[in-house]
Amino acid sequence: MKAGIVVFPGTNRERDMAIALKRVTGQAPAMLWHRDTTLPKLDLIVLPGGFSHGDYLRCGAMAAHAPLMAEVRAFAAAGGHILGVCNGFQILTEAQILPGALLRNANLRFLSQDCHLRVERADTAFTRLWAKGDVFRTPMAHGDGNYVADPATIERLEGEGRVAFRYARPDGTVAADDQAHNPNGSLNAIAGVFSENLRICGMMPHPEDLVDPLMGGEDGKPLFAGLVEALGR
Amino acid sequence: MSNAGQKTVDEALAREFGLTADEYGNVLSIMGRTPSLTELGIFSVMWSEHCSYKSSRVWLKTLPTTAPWVIHGPGENAGVVDIGQGLAAIFKMESHNHPSFIEPYQGAATGVGGILRDVFTMGARPVANLNALRFGDPANPQTRRIVDGVVRGVGGYGNCVGVPTVGGEVNFHPSYDGNPLVNAMTVGVARQDRIFLSAAAGLGNPVIYVGSSTGRDGIHGATMSSSEFDEDALAKRPTVQVGDPFVEKLLIEACLELMATDAIVAIQDMGAAGLTSSSVEMAGKGGVGIDLDLDAVPQRERGMSAYEMMLSESQERMLMVLRPDRTDVARTIFEKWELEFAVIGHLTDTGRIVVRHKGAVEADIPLAPLADQAPLYHRPTAPSPAPAPLGPVTDPVGTERALMHLIGSPDIASRAWVYNQYDSTVGGQTVRRPGSADAAIVKIDDTSIGLALTTDCTPRYCRADARTGGAQAVAEAWRNITATGARPLAVTDNLNFGNPEKPEVMGQFAAAIEGMGDACRALDFPVVSGNVSLYNETRTPDGTTTAILPTPAIGGLGVLEDVSQAIGYGMQDDCDLILVGETRGELGQSLWLREIHGREDGAPPVVDLAAERANGDFVRAHILGGDIVACHDVSDGGVLVGLAEMVMAGGVGCTLVAPQSGMRPEAFWFGEDQARYIVAVRKGETFLSAAQAAGIAARPLGESGGDGLTLPQGGTISIARLRSAHEAFFPALMDR
Repeated sequence: MKAGIVVFPGTNRERDMAIALKRVTGQAPAMLWHRDTTLPKLDLIVLPGGFSHGDYLRCGAMAAHAPLMAEVRAFAAAGGHILGVCNGFQILTEAQILPGALLRNANLRFLSQDCHLRVERADTAFTRLWAKGDVFRTPMAHGDGNYVADPATIERLEGEGRVAFRYARPDGTVAADDQAHNPNGSLNAIAGVFSENLRICGMMPHPEDLVDPLMGGEDGKPLFAGLVEALGR
Repeated sequence: MSNAGQKTVDEALAREFGLTADEYGNVLSIMGRTPSLTELGIFSVMWSEHCSYKSSRVWLKTLPTTAPWVIHGPGENAGVVDIGQGLAAIFKMESHNHPSFIEPYQGAATGVGGILRDVFTMGARPVANLNALRFGDPANPQTRRIVDGVVRGVGGYGNCVGVPTVGGEVNFHPSYDGNPLVNAMTVGVARQDRIFLSAAAGLGNPVIYVGSSTGRDGIHGATMSSSEFDEDALAKRPTVQVGDPFVEKLLIEACLELMATDAIVAIQDMGAAGLTSSSVEMAGKGGVGIDLDLDAVPQRERGMSAYEMMLSESQERMLMVLRPDRTDVARTIFEKWELEFAVIGHLTDTGRIVVRHKGAVEADIPLAPLADQAPLYHRPTAPSPAPAPLGPVTDPVGTERALMHLIGSPDIASRAWVYNQYDSTVGGQTVRRPGSADAAIVKIDDTSIGLALTTDCTPRYCRADARTGGAQAVAEAWRNITATGARPLAVTDNLNFGNPEKPEVMGQFAAAIEGMGDACRALDFPVVSGNVSLYNETRTPDGTTTAILPTPAIGGLGVLEDVSQAIGYGMQDDCDLILVGETRGELGQSLWLREIHGREDGAPPVVDLAAERANGDFVRAHILGGDIVACHDVSDGGVLVGLAEMVMAGGVGCTLVAPQSGMRPEAFWFGEDQARYIVAVRKGETFLSAAQAAGIAARPLGESGGDGLTLPQGGTISIARLRSAHEAFFPALMDR
């Protein structure tokens, strides 16, 4: 799997993502600069976390218009696999590659803590090493992770099975109105969504920061290992 | 000299700028004429307490600053120590106290930004931030506003630049009501052969300005108030600078990219006193002269004068001297990162700083006397009276109630509300996050090395006995690093005190430094960088001012060759619990005395540095040997609070045995005797024999297991109950 990580001014989790990808693929991913206008041949594009353009205007709004995003859009249209994490998820929604938007956290504070995610379907490149209903722990670190979309979009996402992950209790039960277990107040406790073809995934928490027992666990590793299995080493 | 439209320079103006009559007389004799306004501004900031350390220098010089592993001690932008494998840790702590009272968010944010620049200017990628925060009485309505703003500011800046905030401390005391303390620490890592210093060199080499453009923010800094000067224009301006962490992030990446080339001769950030201090210090250290052309300085406001540009404290700016044949390489990198890049001068052999603006020479000052003749004061000191010994005290509440009260009290309650607003995992190298070990542990990518990091100070001990308190702050930092298995290497200090012109305050300062020096020498734990913040006074209801509690905050750094050997304090199942170190049951200045009796008196616990060293070296060896699986130093609240913290962090309970005979239970459980550790070991008897053989005091405390903390008299407190008492304070204060 040849992966490329897009770096915008203000991106700050590109190294975390590179470490996680290298851990499962054995090779360093390509680092792509936001002003580039061509893509190398890739199996996976990752938009990592951070504060692209300082999160000024709106999180991800300016990055969505970067020159390289035209290529990312074409890559998506051609059926390519894309993972957007945290600010990367925000950029994908601002670029309207994924539906919905991420608002300020419900408690209006930055949230840096572990959360538990429930896997909503296991037949995708991102989730194939889990079973539907599995729960895994992952750090979250964001100020704007409160997922919203209009009722028709939510109905469609739910109907088409395009919710990737939900915030949950460790036992897998979901309580969208329980701040302890849906910390940012997301609609239907949605933590991540898929594109229509299930090849693009956006999520707020950071599985890339939990891929090493030294850092407290490998709970996030199946996501990356699954991508390697699906897209080839 | 052009002084058109400006105030007349005379002694009265010099006083407004914070210079004394004698200091102004010295300016006149150095210059041989009346200085221009810009020149007076340069003298006044360079000779301010903040830049010249004129009250503190004589004492700072007494601190030990060397060790075989120290690469650069005080005098550079930050301290540099050898951490093995050709790498160096570069670190420093700095205060932003006064701005954080006026405008807590920006005060704290720019404090973080400033200390980050001190570290990456030396070539290090910042890998961790820590802080030491002191706030007023929680019951004071101002406290909530200040806590909220400071925590948001620390997080707002650190989270955006992508440096994990991994540790810190928070205290509350009424003495900080009008003067909170915000001390920020940054740790970076560089290759030892790629460390950048600030001494300028190379006749004719270009002087380059990079980063943000210059505005009028922060012009008056520490030296003067704004209103006498330009009432109409300046009255509206905030005196606190505004930070832009996004630009800082770009600046970090651009500087590190440039530092991978051979373009840089010297580099320094523009911190306090901005362009003045950076240019004067770079040229002065290099023994060269410097010519600056202010017309070339990127400006964000119109009509700025030379005085304003030289004294502006606009954030996120750096000054560099480059090899002339590499200027274009540098320009390309900074343009890529969309940052200002301007050649604003060159080095000369005149030994003078010459500042030109709009065709006129606005300043022309010889650099050597500006540095060498900076004021130096041996301020009078008055000893503080020795604290009266604590007489007999009763225990009005019993062990269990005292424990439940203490773990929910402001200085012990869970800090999760605070650190859950700081990104502690960005970078993917955080091995021990806040709330899990006595020191934060950060791995160095692509190596097995771990850094152990902590900030410590117990101000109530310092007020009772500054020498003991100074030693205790260093000893606790050393102990916290030791409790993870790491080898303590060096400290940075942030000395926060009141008005040094008051002999009793100066006496506290001197005694604290003596105590710190004692501990640094005894523990081989030298001071490699630091910062002094004086004039921290708070107004009492009757209108007088009193100093804050003396607060010599210590930032400690240790190293683990193999980071996988680091341990935390979370209780592990099926262990014997052992207390290492002698217990005399010292309740003077303890939190038990304050929280249960409402008293802040008695002598602080004795700091026995020989015992500290012996006990710590013994514990560390047994952590690295694998015998100890969890370890917690004993500090605020004593042994029982420490045990409760271990139980809550690990989610595993314990059953305790009766305290040592002949000692009252409250003295044993809540005394704050120093040099002690609670360790969880698999084989208690073996460990106790090893301690006995080594001459280390150790006694059994009980065993781990179950889902509660069981006291010797039989009552069990569930983990859930402990946590609910521990976690209530901050949300109740802040989220109401």
